[in-house]
Amino acid sequence: MTLHPGRGFAAINYPIGMNLGGDPSQALVHSTPDGKFMVTLSAIDLGQGMKSVTRQIAAEALGIPISDVYVDTADSDTGPHDMGSFASRGTHRMGNAVIRAATEARTQMLEAAAEELEVDAADLVTDGKGNIHVRGAPSRSITVADTAVAAQFKQGRTLAGRGIFLVPLSDVDAETGEMTPVSCFAHAALIIDLTVDDETGVVEVTNINSAYEVGRALNPKLVEQQLIGGAWMGISHALYETTEPNYPDRSHGPEDFNTYLMPGPGEIVPHHISILERPAPDAPYGGKGPGEMCANPVLPAVANAVYNAVGVRCDSLPITPEKILRGLKANGGARPQGQPLNTPGGRR
Amino acid sequence: MAVEFRKDLFADERDDDLNEIGQPIIRQDILGHVTGRSPFYDDHLYDGLLFMRCVRSPHHHARIRSVDAAAAERMPGVIRLIRPQDVPVNLNTLLSLISFGRDDEPLLAEHRVAYKGEPVMAIIATSDRAALDAVARVRVDYEELPHVLDVEDALKPEAPVVNETYPNNTFDYHDRYDHQKLRFGDVEAAFAQADHIVEGEYQMSPIEQAPIETCGAIAAPETNDRYVCHTSTQALFFSLGTTAKLLDMPSSRLHFIGGTVGGGFGGKVDSHHEPMAVLGAMLTGKPVKYMWDRAEEMQVGAPRGGERWRLKDGVMRDGRIIARAFTGFFDAGAYTRLSSYAVQKATGHLPGPYMIPNVASNVYCVYTNRTPSTAMRGFGITAVDFAIECHMDKAAETVGMDPIELRILNAYRDGDMKAHRRAAKNCALIESCQVVAQKSGWPLSAEAMAQSSLFGGGIGERGVIPETVTDQAGQIGERKRSGLAPEPFAGATARGHVPAGTATDHPATGNAPQREDMEIEAERLGFKVTRGASAPGQTPASPMPQPQPAATVAPAAPRPGAGPAMPPAYTAPAPASQQPVAPPASTRPQPTPPTPPAAPAPAPAAEPYKPEQPFQRGVKRPGVSRFISGSRRR
Repeated sequence: MTLHPGRGFAAINYPIGMNLGGDPSQALVHSTPDGKFMVTLSAIDLGQGMKSVTRQIAAEALGIPISDVYVDTADSDTGPHDMGSFASRGTHRMGNAVIRAATEARTQMLEAAAEELEVDAADLVTDGKGNIHVRGAPSRSITVADTAVAAQFKQGRTLAGRGIFLVPLSDVDAETGEMTPVSCFAHAALIIDLTVDDETGVVEVTNINSAYEVGRALNPKLVEQQLIGGAWMGISHALYETTEPNYPDRSHGPEDFNTYLMPGPGEIVPHHISILERPAPDAPYGGKGPGEMCANPVLPAVANAVYNAVGVRCDSLPITPEKILRGLKANGGARPQGQPLNTPGGRR
Repeated sequence: MAVEFRKDLFADERDDDLNEIGQPIIRQDILGHVTGRSPFYDDHLYDGLLFMRCVRSPHHHARIRSVDAAAAERMPGVIRLIRPQDVPVNLNTLLSLISFGRDDEPLLAEHRVAYKGEPVMAIIATSDRAALDAVARVRVDYEELPHVLDVEDALKPEAPVVNETYPNNTFDYHDRYDHQKLRFGDVEAAFAQADHIVEGEYQMSPIEQAPIETCGAIAAPETNDRYVCHTSTQALFFSLGTTAKLLDMPSSRLHFIGGTVGGGFGGKVDSHHEPMAVLGAMLTGKPVKYMWDRAEEMQVGAPRGGERWRLKDGVMRDGRIIARAFTGFFDAGAYTRLSSYAVQKATGHLPGPYMIPNVASNVYCVYTNRTPSTAMRGFGITAVDFAIECHMDKAAETVGMDPIELRILNAYRDGDMKAHRRAAKNCALIESCQVVAQKSGWPLSAEAMAQSSLFGGGIGERGVIPETVTDQAGQIGERKRSGLAPEPFAGATARGHVPAGTATDHPATGNAPQREDMEIEAERLGFKVTRGASAPGQTPASPMPQPQPAATVAPAAPRPGAGPAMPPAYTAPAPASQQPVAPPASTRPQPTPPTPPAAPAPAPAAEPYKPEQPFQRGVKRPGVSRFISGSRRR
């Protein structure tokens, strides 16, 4: 038995949002009488942090502390229409709608504050800590809370905003495929290190190095959670999972997690992530959705690393020990492909 | 696990002076999650809740002769059977909400089942056990029919018809073709000129979204002749609209509540449970729960579909890919769901993040007698990316080139014309490759490290649409009659030509149709907009490396009708003298080698998170399960 080390690379890009557009999202923002702001949506939080990231976007666009913003979502009687949380569209589409709604509410907030301070609203800025003051003169200020009270009980004014974001629907040409798909792409490049046991065919992924370009990490911890979880899912997809192990034959389909294989805590792989941020012009604060794309480069990188380790090309997923052993048998044994070309002493 | 932020890259496009954006703020809902108090749909345990289960087909394909449910109906606890005739509008397709495709899937199958597990009847009982027992007593008389499970078998003339709405076993595109075409340049001519042809076939098998919380819904009658539905859906109004259509009721009579979901990954868009649960509540006047168990989630719930991709590359000795052709098959299973749309999404993604001047693809949405497939994380892209990136390594091996350098050589850059005929922008593939190679100790040449997404794109032929060869092969029904091969141009008797064009003919994005009063304040959105560096053709101040000696540099101007477009190797910059003033330092390409990582990621707030008020709920109370958090009401 020999453990053969292998290294594989893959790079991808990923389109953000429903591919051909036509998928609107709406948001409403209003103030409570004590100067807090409620964001009302119908977006779904799948665990990806939809509620959190829209809260941050609203706080940033309003210019107030995040502790003063709450997000209420996913009641069709109160939340305005949203197409849904899929196609990496949540942050991009809903985030843009929230920016618009929050911007309108902010405009009204500054107008109300201007009336109280007897200045021009255009001269007012927010400090992000709950105060509104005259630009360059922090002492001439009013709190957001006092502004909301004055607007509500004295001026008879709402501090509220509406937002919608819609990418217009694109046609697809029948003859050439010409289309205007999404306008925003995330990127990733990833290197997998693994070992292949030439006796059992078992692959053990030992290390992941990655670079993910996400536009802007609106919440770095949520991005980190997505990228680590997504890479795990990619390894699972590459090496373990299938509902139809004999595809296209449907026999022996798993019906529980005893027979539907996935890596467990023992197979969590050290993952060293670099995050690049090239803000997308049409995205909220430039942020692209990292949710879907993070698993994609893992699959081919694993396949390329297996080839690098033992010289077996597994072009069908999942890359099971059986497929590797059959490949080794066909090749008459392991054929390690060696180090990258530019390495001193590398192959060829 | 280490995370670093390369704030040094693209810093001149970003304003990092923001208050809340970019902060590692703790999630608003996390305390509820970690203390088991967040309400999920399954926590809405109404008193008198009824349970729904389905009778399912044991066959891949069969005619239903008769259904005998008399014994089931007499079982203790059984409240109501739901037959296909009870569904007001028993035919739908999910994407009818965006007017894409024809209705092709019943909520409950009436005359024919087309996959193993297809529901033919639902039973509502006072307990889950009683519903399951009653399901076991239903006798369905099936006449088995021939079935087809492989996508390419399904295209053959003798294949049985899977879906009567699409009798050719393929989704109809544009009322004309049985596949979606992509044609860009002239792949056939380019293959003839290529030094090497690299071919491969790649297969993705179906996988399960595997959420911890299985799909489901609980519906109950509300006042004012309305119904409330607590659901695990990923798309609240999508499910609401689908339910209104299938149940033939105004959407205003539906009140959907969701929002906290125990994992989705794409499998909770299909909107099957909501109409079933609401229909149950309508027919019984009681709250009804319909939820998959794990076996249903895995075998009846729509998986990520199998996909098969064949790639053919024309590669030059120096590593340039001058042509790439795809043949792709999406295994939709028995009904369309969202697969037809994924075909177009995949088509728009081809040929991957690379500047390849001649591209063609035929992509098929194929019906087979298996569980319908649906969306999953990376929908439409994951499988073809697997194919493309395995294939890139084969191309690199064929020409004896480092695989990362091959990617950088062929990478798309700002201003490059993509195969769907829009200019690329906001590219960052090259930088991603450089960063990961550098941190992994994978050596790249100085030349590869000097490349940049910002420069060299859109120059000459890279920025224009080449004259394109088209064909009319694969009309709807043609394949069934003649057994046509699926590859691009296979069986084409004539060629058409679409003249060359430029990017300016096609704005990259339309103007969003938002009302003008829905303004944003551009200066507060975190962009630095002073720099014009992303304009196509902009060149760096410092000289770029010269093309590799082996490279043959093609003429820069488009040559209509003069054969396939050929890109130069690393695009040479315009002479520096064309720059009247040296751009500021910030516009230089990435230094060689890139600067070491900047300051590490902004550390999370040093002080651990503390709630404003001590958290009271969620503590373990004697005699109360920590895992029951549902609201109870009559």
